[in-house]
Amino acid sequence: MADSQDRKWGMVVDIDRCTGCNGCVVACQSENNIPNNLEEHFNQRRAIQWIRIERYWEGEYPNVKARFIPVMCQQCGNAPCEPVCPVYATYHNEEGLNVQVYNRCIGTRFCANGCPYHVRFFNFWEPEWPESLKNQLNPDVTVRSRGIMEKCSFCVQRIRRSTREGERDEVQVEDGDRALSPACVNACPTTALTFGDFNNDSSQVSMMKEEAMANRGKKEGRGYRLLDNLGTEANVIYLKKVDNSAGAVHGH
Amino acid sequence: MQEHTQLSQKQINDELLRDILTVPKWWLPAVVGLGILVATGLGAFSYMVYHGVGVTGLNRPVFWGFFIANFVFWIGISHAGIMISAILRLTQAEWRRPVTRAAEVMTVFSLIAALHTPLFHVGRPWRVLYWIFPYDFDRGIWPNIRSPFVWDPSAVGTYLIASSLFVFVCLLPDIAILRDRAKGLFVKRIYAFLCLGFRGTPRQWRLQTVAGILLSALVLPVFVSVHSIVSWDFAVLIGVEGWHSTIFAPYFIIGAIHSGVSAVAMLMALAVWLYKLDNYIKPDHFDAIARLLIVVATTWFFFFFLEWVYALYTLDSPEIALRELQAFQWPYGPLFAIFVILSFVIPVPIWLFKRFRRSAKIMFWTTILVNIGMWLERFLIIIPGLVRRTHMTFDWGTYHPSLVEILIVVETFAFVALGMLLFAKVLPLIPLFDVKEGMVFRHLIKVGRKTVPASIREGLPHHYYEKKH
Repeated sequence: MADSQDRKWGMVVDIDRCTGCNGCVVACQSENNIPNNLEEHFNQRRAIQWIRIERYWEGEYPNVKARFIPVMCQQCGNAPCEPVCPVYATYHNEEGLNVQVYNRCIGTRFCANGCPYHVRFFNFWEPEWPESLKNQLNPDVTVRSRGIMEKCSFCVQRIRRSTREGERDEVQVEDGDRALSPACVNACPTTALTFGDFNNDSSQVSMMKEEAMANRGKKEGRGYRLLDNLGTEANVIYLKKVDNSAGAVHGH
Repeated sequence: MQEHTQLSQKQINDELLRDILTVPKWWLPAVVGLGILVATGLGAFSYMVYHGVGVTGLNRPVFWGFFIANFVFWIGISHAGIMISAILRLTQAEWRRPVTRAAEVMTVFSLIAALHTPLFHVGRPWRVLYWIFPYDFDRGIWPNIRSPFVWDPSAVGTYLIASSLFVFVCLLPDIAILRDRAKGLFVKRIYAFLCLGFRGTPRQWRLQTVAGILLSALVLPVFVSVHSIVSWDFAVLIGVEGWHSTIFAPYFIIGAIHSGVSAVAMLMALAVWLYKLDNYIKPDHFDAIARLLIVVATTWFFFFFLEWVYALYTLDSPEIALRELQAFQWPYGPLFAIFVILSFVIPVPIWLFKRFRRSAKIMFWTTILVNIGMWLERFLIIIPGLVRRTHMTFDWGTYHPSLVEILIVVETFAFVALGMLLFAKVLPLIPLFDVKEGMVFRHLIKVGRKTVPASIREGLPHHYYEKKH
């Protein structure tokens, strides 16, 4: 693996493989100490989901199709949320991650307004867990207090720990290693999510990215970024759904 | 035409200091009432600090709400001070004399009301100094100067310091009069301390005048900077279609002048009614400020129109969807109609008639309408801007302000009113020396058969001063 300074983490999301099972959402909630979202939190529109499955219905009855898009922090290379934070609570680290420093955050919510993907979440209340769930909190992840912003970190604690342990044991941590990959990637039963180092040419994500972006705009090309027109240079690449029945729908 | 009355110095002193040395009947109930509103607002704020920002109506995607709209409103009102005391002073508009202090004092209090907002707004108010104070403390992290939020407190702070200094410098001669007239020894001591030993020697007058002119000139850049920076809080965000606009800075500035000058006209009417100052604030003054307001309001309307043209010219679907939401959909549509009607359609045609311009009552109500409209303008920029139908359709939301937010917004209004009342209790709201200076400059000249009042312009004919020495 390349030197940590040269790494640039990224993810490829294959929409064609996503079944909308929400396994990634649950994995993320438990890995990252995200408080339980009760019904009232959803009604208040204050639920916290670092990764969410957006479900869209396409077509008119009876030819209705469910479409799923997993959306997490896009770890933008040119992030709209970064320059607006007055206290440097969010900044770009040397591994291409858009990191959130909870200690610094004072909760101006400027970044959340700036995020076109709506993947920043504010702790409107002090987070609470039922007594039975307190022992499952991940000791590697800060429990955020109220009044601060949080978001997907690409499970930076897993990246750090696997790198550190790799250095200690003098073992090469490979891209795609379960210890390195974020919880959502590990949990995905259909391997719709692939995580790795975009700067490592031999990694699976780089190859997928290269293939996806090479044919961008052509018929056979499947790669795109969310809201690419804003120039955010997102590090999450999406692969379009391959719709075998598309012709049939048009035939009606 | 203005009826010309020469008031004696003693009469000016007596009338303008009357309400400081005695207590009007309505004063105590008004102060107590406003005090209760302020206390309720502070109680609501404490409740919010204790329980968290969850007690507001904010949510995802509407992360900013009433507090920010209110912040922009108060910054807008504060532009009155700079417009009246700097621009009008430098352009030598004679009618400004009796209203400069009221405008400046309102500026100071509305800036303090605006400076409440960072505290109310953030998730962890106890750490707000890390943002508003440009210092690294023990953390080794300086504020992020790329963020417009860092420049908000510095611009507002600069303006507040300059305004306070200006108010103080202009107060010195008046405090000296108060010192001479105060009854109690203790009160006399306080005034004596506050006037910094002002005795009216030629040198002191020269210093005071120079300081006043310098301050009003130095504060001019703030005229542009304060509201530009406030507008950048919005314009910087590429993800919010309705905010990401280059016209925001001038549009916000002219809007600020519109609501600020309107607020001054409202204050003038209040001063006439509450403090019986009709010897000083005359129909002529209302006439002059209404003429200024016609120009300001029309310019503002032009920018408002341009903002819409620029937005629709893009033919960008989210932008057009936002405009539709802002102007036609419940509940923003009716509010939008009210906003346009109150801040332009009703007042400006009324101001076109001289009869109405010269009436304190009509000026009071029209300018109140303008400020209701301008508050709605900020609300309609901020809330629909965030409620908009974005590409990420999963996150469409809406916003309902909670009681806590409403109480805190009311608190800022009560705070400014209370501040003005308390100020008027201890210091004169109309600058005595400035009015007297105006009297000295004013002359009656004969044009044909008519006798008209005219003013010698201060500072213009240079040789005029040299001859005297």
